[in-house]
Amino acid sequence: MKAEFPATPPGGIRYVAKNLRLDLRLIAGMIASGSRVLDIGCGDGTLIAHLTRERGCDARGIEIDMSAVAEAVARGLAVMHGDADVDLAQYPDQAFDYVVLSRTLQAVARPREVLRQMLRIGARAVVSFPNFGHWLVRWQLLSRGRMPVTPTWDRPWYETPNTHPCTIRDFFALCIAEGYTVEAWLAADQAGSRAPWRRSRRFANLFGEQGLFVLRRASSLTGEEAVGTLAA
Amino acid sequence: MIVADTRPAVVHQSVDFEDGLLLDCGVRLRTLTVAYRTYGRLNKDRSNAVLVCHALTGDQYVAETHPLTGKPGWWEAVVGPGRPLDTGRFFVIAANVLGGCMGSTGPLSPRDEVPGDGTTGDRAEPARRLPWGTDFPPVTIRDMVRAQKRLIEHLGITRLFAVLGGSMGGMQVLEWAALYPGSVFAAVPIAAAAYHSAQNIAFHEVGRQAIFADPDWQGGRYWEHGTVPARGLAVARMAAHITYLSEQALTRKFGRRLRSGQSLTLFDDLFEVESYLRHQGSTFVGRFDANSYLSITRAMDFFDLAAEYGGDLADAFTGSRTRFCVISFSSDWLFPTAQSRAVARALNRAAANVSFVEVESDKGHDAFLLDEPAFHRTLSGFLSGSAAAAGF
Repeated sequence: MKAEFPATPPGGIRYVAKNLRLDLRLIAGMIASGSRVLDIGCGDGTLIAHLTRERGCDARGIEIDMSAVAEAVARGLAVMHGDADVDLAQYPDQAFDYVVLSRTLQAVARPREVLRQMLRIGARAVVSFPNFGHWLVRWQLLSRGRMPVTPTWDRPWYETPNTHPCTIRDFFALCIAEGYTVEAWLAADQAGSRAPWRRSRRFANLFGEQGLFVLRRASSLTGEEAVGTLAA
Repeated sequence: MIVADTRPAVVHQSVDFEDGLLLDCGVRLRTLTVAYRTYGRLNKDRSNAVLVCHALTGDQYVAETHPLTGKPGWWEAVVGPGRPLDTGRFFVIAANVLGGCMGSTGPLSPRDEVPGDGTTGDRAEPARRLPWGTDFPPVTIRDMVRAQKRLIEHLGITRLFAVLGGSMGGMQVLEWAALYPGSVFAAVPIAAAAYHSAQNIAFHEVGRQAIFADPDWQGGRYWEHGTVPARGLAVARMAAHITYLSEQALTRKFGRRLRSGQSLTLFDDLFEVESYLRHQGSTFVGRFDANSYLSITRAMDFFDLAAEYGGDLADAFTGSRTRFCVISFSSDWLFPTAQSRAVARALNRAAANVSFVEVESDKGHDAFLLDEPAFHRTLSGFLSGSAAAAGF
């Protein structure tokens, strides 16, 4: 079975920024121009195309779906076939300024290990994930006693790839446990429009359909020490 | 005059390097000849040169009618006007490898004169000297690349925009990127590996033994007897050819179809696949030299890029600024995807810029030579992206 791609005009497709998915635009806004970026689960390379061509970044990608990889490379992007759970370990320490994981954290086998690898190979991690604490998810589970199915969580439990759903507050807790500094965060709706609940984590966790975080390693402290510091 | 080559005489475009080449084995070749072809035009700032490295039995006739077989060039699907490697845009260079038999220094070449050595004719004219034959020093993939570097310098090019090649050509691409990182802007190893596996070596050994077993090989000095080890070389080619195809491709092309009749015979040309292989073997003999086949298969067997850099392949690419595009084919069992993935991972460890794609194909190792639209799109996109990054 051969993958079918649209014909690529000579010279490749020039990416038009206005078509950038809203949530990717939010991520792009958190990345400094001219920096080194690795996009994990980059799909057909929309974000790295934008960062390379509009922002002068050295942007590369990893993608597990081979047909998406072929499409991205055919667009002239530096994308390799790989699996976040396995291939991140191959990169040297601090090879990138930013490592991006967009709406994928909930689908990897070992989210905590993937985050650790991201902050080993990059100075900063940019992570977005669908928020399982959204009111509609809570309401469906409470009122019907069945696994929620929403526009964000749109697959039945027996075939969802999202094996590790979490809430925005869960993610804050993990950052504390792992000793990560949250440099910036926001909650957004499904389309990626910035949500207005920035000031309250509890409200963001109730009304945000996805969370977006920029993390860096706080220090050489271990997770336990970091928690201790914060508790004190 | 000693005639070692029984093929029709062809004059190959070539350049001689009078200061020779010091080989990995320690022997210095007194003179080095590199036969080559170019396609397209070198631009004013000499930045659009692309080197194409050929595989075991390939040669420099990449995109034009082959002078011996009369067939189209071996990579016309990829190289030419409007092709992925567009000769309207790029200046494409292809050289016959060191150890080859299409004009570059190899076992057919007159051996270096050795003062006082009566057997070779002291200071004799090249045409009166004996060919190297099996005395040709063992060469390596790195030696081949060094010879190509001399050609590139001769052409006045300091940095190649890209180096491309499949199979053994891909080994040369990796060697180029490791040995001359500053001279390679983009590297595309296709259906290749960073070392020749035990299985690869085993198949080559079957081919070599077939040549040795042919009485016409005459201990490697067949020219003295006016023979060529045609049967041995043909069997070597037949065995190798099986490894270039996938089981699916063989089934699709031939299946179990009989060529003639239904009767059960012992030795007659019976199955279509047999007939095909015999044809492949016999046509190969008309264009290739047996000692050259021995020399080049050995060079491939010796190849282990990681070993050249202390055991870790990543160390071969430390600090590399080259953009890599590693390509494999899903049905290639000779240079399987796992080998390409290992190369891509090593490049990641070296923080190099790497794209890695496995192209879905049922055509086996030979897919890189054939009409594979998905492969051509990948290649074309990578070259365009790299050209944009290179600023032309």
